[in-house]
Amino acid sequence: MAALTEPTLPVQPLPPNDLEEVTPDDLVEEGAPGASEDHMLIAAESYEDINVAIDEQYHRGKDEKDKTKNEIEQSARELSIDDRSTTPSDEGRETPKEEVSSAEGKDRSNSMLGNRDRPQHVEEECYSPEWRQRQKHVFILSEAGKPIYTRHGNEDKLVTTMGVMQALVSFVQDNDDNIRFMIAGSHKFVFLNRPPVILVCVSHSVCFFCFHRFMIAGSHKFVFLNRPPVILVCVSHSAESTQQLLLHLTYVYNQIISVLTFSQLSKIFEKKSNYDLRRLLTGTEKFLDNLINLMDRDAMFLLSAVRCLPLASSVRDIIGQSIAQCKAKDLVFAILVGRDNQLVTVVRMKEHSLHPADLHLVFNLVDASTSFQSAESWTPICLPKFNSNGYLHAHLSYLDEECSACLLLLSADRDVFFELSEARQKIVTRLNKYNCLQAIRESLAKGSYKVAQIGIPDLRHFMYKSKSTAQYTSSELEAPYTEEGERHRLFGMYQYLHHRVHNSARPLKILFHVGSKETMLGWITSGFELYATFGPLVTKPAAINAINKLLRWIKKEEDRLFILNSYTY
Amino acid sequence: MKSIEAKIVVLGAQGVGKTSVVIRYVGKLFSKHVSPTIGASFFTFKMTVDDYRVKLQLWDTAGQERFRSMAPMYYRKANAALLVYDITCRESFENIQSWVDELKKNVEGTIIMCVIGNKTDLVSRREVTREKAEQYADSINALYYETSALTNDGIQEAFLQVSLSLIKLSQTDKSSGLTVYDGSASLLNADGIIEDGIGDMNNHRRRRDSEDSNNASCCS
Repeated sequence: MAALTEPTLPVQPLPPNDLEEVTPDDLVEEGAPGASEDHMLIAAESYEDINVAIDEQYHRGKDEKDKTKNEIEQSARELSIDDRSTTPSDEGRETPKEEVSSAEGKDRSNSMLGNRDRPQHVEEECYSPEWRQRQKHVFILSEAGKPIYTRHGNEDKLVTTMGVMQALVSFVQDNDDNIRFMIAGSHKFVFLNRPPVILVCVSHSVCFFCFHRFMIAGSHKFVFLNRPPVILVCVSHSAESTQQLLLHLTYVYNQIISVLTFSQLSKIFEKKSNYDLRRLLTGTEKFLDNLINLMDRDAMFLLSAVRCLPLASSVRDIIGQSIAQCKAKDLVFAILVGRDNQLVTVVRMKEHSLHPADLHLVFNLVDASTSFQSAESWTPICLPKFNSNGYLHAHLSYLDEECSACLLLLSADRDVFFELSEARQKIVTRLNKYNCLQAIRESLAKGSYKVAQIGIPDLRHFMYKSKSTAQYTSSELEAPYTEEGERHRLFGMYQYLHHRVHNSARPLKILFHVGSKETMLGWITSGFELYATFGPLVTKPAAINAINKLLRWIKKEEDRLFILNSYTY
Repeated sequence: MKSIEAKIVVLGAQGVGKTSVVIRYVGKLFSKHVSPTIGASFFTFKMTVDDYRVKLQLWDTAGQERFRSMAPMYYRKANAALLVYDITCRESFENIQSWVDELKKNVEGTIIMCVIGNKTDLVSRREVTREKAEQYADSINALYYETSALTNDGIQEAFLQVSLSLIKLSQTDKSSGLTVYDGSASLLNADGIIEDGIGDMNNHRRRRDSEDSNNASCCS
């Protein structure tokens, strides 16, 4: 294992003798807790898409590396000189403030006049103090520079800002290269170019990135990912790494594909390169907003895994069987999801598996809209990992009055609503007959489990991902993490831990991180990923002991916490 | 007593209140925070009118542009179309006209059309006059009602008149595609089968509603 020296953070690698202690033989022989041969979900690695894209770009651009670097720096200088007043980067000189609660929703109100000396810019959103204090911005623009989406504010008032972003992207592109990110002050800009659209994320960031290429313009950092035909950019002042911001942008991009399909998106811009995509995306802002908010607090995206609703395996089997027995023509997937994005089960056509990233979009669809609560619905949805060029047709319905679980029946045929509706009715009858809906309601009411149940005194919280099944489990957040700010901080710590162990340049197997408020341990094996939070005073041997105990507990509970056997049509 | 089963499609621009009108009628509710419809939602409703049991199958479609290409799926087999616009938005009224053109071009059988000007509670911001809308409805041989889902104005009346038109259609046009069941014995049977087949979401709520509507129709 590589010895680590991180000047700013007290990180120590575990000595080899500790490692042996952590890997008891019985666990290795039996397989990781929650492991299964079942192929319900595709075992996805964190950042799998991003790493591929980065490697490709790296190899392609290697020869001209220095040349490109100079040019990026030049373009950044131009940005800051020519149009610095219209970029959000200026705000880096202010003290970043806590983000206003996302629950308050979008502020689409008129931007305020931030500076009386610049009346010609009155309309631009970036003069509004509220807008500038947002922790994370996400922008999407077309390759022609037309605004498509902004997380905060009104995209109509960001025409100049987006124009500058487009200019940056195309300037670098002229040299057969892609701009991926840049730093400006305490801001990090992440770009994802998927022609004909550009997505941008801007964040105030504690920078702990390790990348092939980045640039510094003034004191701001910009990050770009450029994938035809769109550009996505991210700006944030959270603790996320460049890869994590890129992951967010990739999800945002996939959400758009899920609405339009890739083929439709490309066709539109082939026909008319300055098309205003907002026309087709009206009503979709809600899903983009919700997705970005979810990614700020739900670990499923970071872990590339899904969380299952804890259920006795006998109950889950009955649910799976009941759904599998109610077949309908061309039914590809049946997905039952409980409140708070907890998976109850997936029944699938034998030859198809679901990718967790697709499932996350399905969760977001259900989570973001209350429209499905009033009636049965029928809607086209594209699952980008399954087939980015075509729609599946989804029959959506909640199974009881309390809306505790939503059933999605996904078919390749657009004319089978009534067949699926009939199948759904049979499923409801069966689930009621065997008291399964009652069991789901009870499990939802009970919530996850308290860490005290496991009986490890020092352990405060943990997240455990079984790699082979792409599922994870985590304990409830308890004091001191019940308060919003602390919860947010802990999530940031997990992001940091995750970033360190997945660092593509220097991946780690195990990381023991002693912080002032808590001590954290991250551990990656071929079978699982584990992230645990302890009190600040825990010693390394005590932590390792605790982890061993924890692994045994998960193994004991695996039938309840994970879906180990799935049903097929 | 006869029984009729009819399909109704609700069309119109986004945000005009299609879902609010339907939910006000079917669920007797109004919510200020109705989520935009995704794809289309399916409702069923039963009522008794003029010695007929009428079973309505309602497709509440999404008004968003991206779902427009899905619309033929819903109006192709429809017996009636509710064309909803917002009286405070001229554009939404013009949108109705494009739907009418599309229906005329693509629907082969007879389809009963009912133009609905919604949001009469916002009458101070009216952009489309009643006269103009009525005149247009006459010109396409459609019913016309002004409604408010918020105050529950005109909605019962609109659905009642559509149902009466459907009954009339079933009497005069045998090729209308309307399903008519004769006699009470076969009616019960047929009804039972439909009930199972449709898969009502909120059986309890629906049953209660249909009782309500029975009472209402007695008064009318």
